Amino acid sequence: MFPDNLTFSIADWVNGWVDALVTNYGDVFRHISDTLLWAIVNLEGLLRATPWWLMLGVVAVIAWHATRRILPTLVITGLLFLVGAVGLWDKLMQTLALMLVATLISVLVGIPLGILSARSNRLRAVLMPLLDIMQTMPSFVYLIPVLMLFGLGKVPAIFATVIYAAPPLIRLTDLGIRQVDGEVMEAINAFGANRWQQLFGVQLPLALPSIMAGINQTTMMALSMVVIASMIGARGLGEDVLVGIQTLNVGRGLEAGLAIVILAVVIDRITQAYGRPRHEVSK
Amino acid sequence: MSTQPISKIEVKNVFKIFGERAGEALQLIREARSKEQVLSQTGCVVGVNDLSLSIGSGEIFVIMGLSGSGKSTLVRHFNRLIDPTSGQILVDGEDILQYDMDALREFRRRKISMVFQSFGLLPHRNVLDNVAYGLKVRGESKQLCQERALQWIETVGLKGYEKKYPHQLSGGMRQRVGLARALAADTDIILMDEAFSALDPLIRAEMQDQLLELQKTLHKTIVFITHDLDEAVRIGNRIAILKDGRLIQVGTPQEILHSPADEYVDRFVQRRAVAV
Repeated sequence: MFPDNLTFSIADWVNGWVDALVTNYGDVFRHISDTLLWAIVNLEGLLRATPWWLMLGVVAVIAWHATRRILPTLVITGLLFLVGAVGLWDKLMQTLALMLVATLISVLVGIPLGILSARSNRLRAVLMPLLDIMQTMPSFVYLIPVLMLFGLGKVPAIFATVIYAAPPLIRLTDLGIRQVDGEVMEAINAFGANRWQQLFGVQLPLALPSIMAGINQTTMMALSMVVIASMIGARGLGEDVLVGIQTLNVGRGLEAGLAIVILAVVIDRITQAYGRPRHEVSK
Repeated sequence: MSTQPISKIEVKNVFKIFGERAGEALQLIREARSKEQVLSQTGCVVGVNDLSLSIGSGEIFVIMGLSGSGKSTLVRHFNRLIDPTSGQILVDGEDILQYDMDALREFRRRKISMVFQSFGLLPHRNVLDNVAYGLKVRGESKQLCQERALQWIETVGLKGYEKKYPHQLSGGMRQRVGLARALAADTDIILMDEAFSALDPLIRAEMQDQLLELQKTLHKTIVFITHDLDEAVRIGNRIAILKDGRLIQVGTPQEILHSPADEYVDRFVQRRAVAV
């Protein structure tokens, strides 16, 4: 037995802190929550109002633009058609909306943080353990305070997804920028490029494959959160998996599960194709 | 060219020490301790050791030494890619170490450009954009960038390759792009850090000829770094020989060949005599 006089607990302290946060800043969080909800609801409405054939057409065009090959384009479009065919189209759109918003927030937060972290070793030393925590901490642990602050529904689901999905993007942005050839950086410095010109003219374009790999990872991880998201009241494909579990309806769970996999494959292929550098760097 | 031209770049008592305890190391090196002693006592590496020289306007000044002699470190002081630990560097009589970030950027954009050993080209831009880079960075109009870049691409013999990317070119062609980029910026001074060392002997000789040919009309101040005495003798108006960050000898190729200052320089010259 561990001796009693050496034990301590931070639980009360944390509880007090979260309570104070909820009472004092509840309005602020409410406001953030409403804004975010408005964005998701509108996006979801738009996606669901779009006729299915138009949606498939748009995906086909994007897939063609990304891969420039006929077969992958057909397979990607065909797989999505299949999801619609098993009656999950509406839920697919709900999940897609949730995922797009979560990915967008991850990109808006992740890429700037990755750029800053590539600039400063000190920030990187602080950031990296934090990212480890974000990725390994069981999501239910931070879902409790997030639920207290934002209530049930889509918004806490988005937050939980962003916390889980943003780290790989931050890491890979940082890595991509750090891997830019030292002599290239020296050369553009020698020609008097300012920070802005260095970042947008050289560092980001050369780090693009790595950043796209990060976005790819972020979307994949965001998808792996949809079931958990449905537990706190977000609608979508995860909901069907959850119902499948609760009613021991293996078939329904599998259908929804496969639909999630298909969405993952589609997004994965498209983002990967964009990540492939158009001009290989050969030494 | 006269042997005593007006000085364009002047380096006065420059020390460069790499490491955490640079201050201590500087003290030691001033007390005439050796490079090895400084390293063992402070863990600092001496890059440049009490070096003074002056480079004349319009000359090709070659800095020569073996690898590790501090020649690449020294040349990076001239455009402040590296800042000295102590000492003064004057370009056109102005102390460039006093420049703030903006002034330094302006200086790099207008007065000094550089050619790198492994080219330092932008892999995601084509030849035309690479050559125009210096002009674009300092905000010249698109039309001017294009015109000048095309002109220099033609001069270095790469006409027809404007739309190619660096990885599609051979080493020699890539360095022509590097050279064209430096020339297009139209700066008084061009630094060339082992610019031809990565090229095979034939291409190298060709590039040396081209540089000499260009210099006849351009009269730039060129600081050329090399580890090869043949190259130094061939293109240099004056040659400085470095060892362990110290200046051993400065002189015209004749002076170096006929009256080497010490055994180190002599060994270079002997090797060459054997090769010939």
